[in-house]
Amino acid sequence: MEKISSTDKLASLWHREAGEILSVYFTAGYPKLHQTSEIAAKLQESGADLIEIGMPYSDPVADGPTIQQSNQVALENGMTLELLMEQLLSFEQNISIPVILMGYFNPILQYGVERFCQHCGERGVSGLIIPDLPVQEYLDHYQQVFQEFNLHNIFLITPQTSDQRIRWIDRHSSSFIYAVSDASITGARSGISERQEAYFKRLQSLDLQHPFLIGFGISDNETFRKACQYAKGAIIGSAFINALKEADELGDGIENFVHSIKGL
Amino acid sequence: MSFSIDKNGYYGSFGGAFIPEMLYPNIEELGNSYLEIIQDPVFQDKFRSLLKDYVGRPSPLFLAERLSNKYGCKIYLKREDLNHTGAHKVNNTIGQILVAQKLGKQKIIAETGAGQHGVATATVCALMGMECIVYMGEVDMARQRPNVERMKLLGAEVRPATSGSRTLKDATNEALRHWINHPVDTHYIIGSVVGPHPYPDMVTRFQSIISEEIKQQLKEHEGREYPDYVIACVGGGSNAAGAFYHFNENDQVRLIAVEAAGQGLSSGHSAATTNLGKRGVLHGSMTILMQTTDGQVVEPYSISAGLDYPGIGPLHAHLFESGRASFMSATDQQALEAGIRLSKLEGIIPALESAHALAALEQLEFVGNDLVVVNLSGRGDKDLETYIEKGKY
Ligand SMILES: Cc1ncc(COP(=O)(O)O)c(C=O)c1O
Repeated sequence: MEKISSTDKLASLWHREAGEILSVYFTAGYPKLHQTSEIAAKLQESGADLIEIGMPYSDPVADGPTIQQSNQVALENGMTLELLMEQLLSFEQNISIPVILMGYFNPILQYGVERFCQHCGERGVSGLIIPDLPVQEYLDHYQQVFQEFNLHNIFLITPQTSDQRIRWIDRHSSSFIYAVSDASITGARSGISERQEAYFKRLQSLDLQHPFLIGFGISDNETFRKACQYAKGAIIGSAFINALKEADELGDGIENFVHSIKGL
Repeated sequence: MSFSIDKNGYYGSFGGAFIPEMLYPNIEELGNSYLEIIQDPVFQDKFRSLLKDYVGRPSPLFLAERLSNKYGCKIYLKREDLNHTGAHKVNNTIGQILVAQKLGKQKIIAETGAGQHGVATATVCALMGMECIVYMGEVDMARQRPNVERMKLLGAEVRPATSGSRTLKDATNEALRHWINHPVDTHYIIGSVVGPHPYPDMVTRFQSIISEEIKQQLKEHEGREYPDYVIACVGGGSNAAGAFYHFNENDQVRLIAVEAAGQGLSSGHSAATTNLGKRGVLHGSMTILMQTTDGQVVEPYSISAGLDYPGIGPLHAHLFESGRASFMSATDQQALEAGIRLSKLEGIIPALESAHALAALEQLEFVGNDLVVVNLSGRGDKDLETYIEKGKY
């Protein structure tokens, strides 16, 4: 049997009948150093559709206090990219849903961009989100090596992104677009405003070639469902980090969280 | 070799704009309009007249005779310490607040380490009646209390940066985060030649008034338009960029950049970026920065809060890599001694940042008629407590 390439893993999400894709973010090395595969496995078992693993960084400028703190704790715990690559080796056996890595550019640059992409490819990682690597910079210097290892680069758009630029980003996307829900850094918020809904409607009306997932500020069943009215699904980060922090028992905490978001 | 940016905002292979998409519209707006704005004659008139009547420019170029005798050459001090607010920082904040007005922004944010840039920003905001928020690391707020109060007195709000190591780099992160959250009505006045394109070039242009004046003043004093040496300290590198600017392409001028070695280059408590750092991305530009092998930013250390930054501007990374400028360093102790020396020999108490530039005089070998300009970037009032505590005078 031909091995299903990781590229197809993401694509299979969009072809699925039942929409409402739930993507969950957590920071590698948080709360404890060696829980990455345990958290991923429990997320998968509880019904998450996509996993985003944060590569911790000392200066995460696009992140709010919750994710900043998880980054800091992870680094204090001793998390490094080298170690994360080791931890990801076990994923091939245990994790069948797609995995995306999210993080800032400098650690990747030090790891070596080509080596990083190769290792991601070998470990079945489907894609990358690198907020401070601009689209043009990527196209000019890194697209080729990402493609060589079947890695999708996921670009962000925001309410301030012009229609013209959204279309341009859509043309250069290969999987999905990450629609940042508001002019903001990451952080759990409650409710979705009319202004945000107007922006989601604008995105819908653009009739893009690629699906978009809505992230930043999605925190509960209500905001998740609202996002799913307009998008293929949504991405939750800070609210999950908070849940991890508060969980007495990791497994139950994760299951309860995913079920509460999905309204199960 | 060129020392100006190319069309993508790079000096050689350093620079660019490594920013999250959330900041793209702001950076694009600024990048597309800054040259047109600052080259407009009406803007230039306003900028120049504020520098003259408000800041007190031109700042004198003073022949320091006793210092010259000591080192066996002819040393001029470029007196940026005599500017309003006590440092070169105000050249940039005057320029940027006029840009912000032109862009129709109502609010200003800034980061500050020692508080000099914060004070210079609060000052121009008061002057223009604009709302001002300054981010400052919690640790720096404690060690630079008087500047915190000056900013408040000037009407600014000072917000503590409580993330990370709670110093300048974290204040910069907080300011960037604030800008992401308030992209439409706010302009971010960055305090040095760092950050995403077009900041390094824009700030360099505003600070280039320093070398423009040096040229004219040298011509008056010496009948020649360039010195043999220009010496400046480098934190992010704005006073050095301004002092070097009109000499970058003149190979007869030796450019000397002085970094803070802190307690010593190999002490683990240093801010000598070119010595200890590697190529990487910090605060939106490809540059040289102090980092771990895993690419995490290392917290720098220097006795002078203004040099306590883990990176340098991309222009300086290019000047370093190309060999156009020589990078040297001075320890806390050497800087203190140089500051005390200038106080006693010339009656000028320099900022500890500027004292690092003066310390380089000890390490260079001059011949009798060498013409040397040291950029005295700021005055030492703010550092009095450190001089009292750590200096031997
Ligand atoms: C007097 C003085 N000199 C130098 C600096 C360092 O900044 P830069 O390297 O951008 O000139 C500072 C920063 O606060 C300063 O206050």
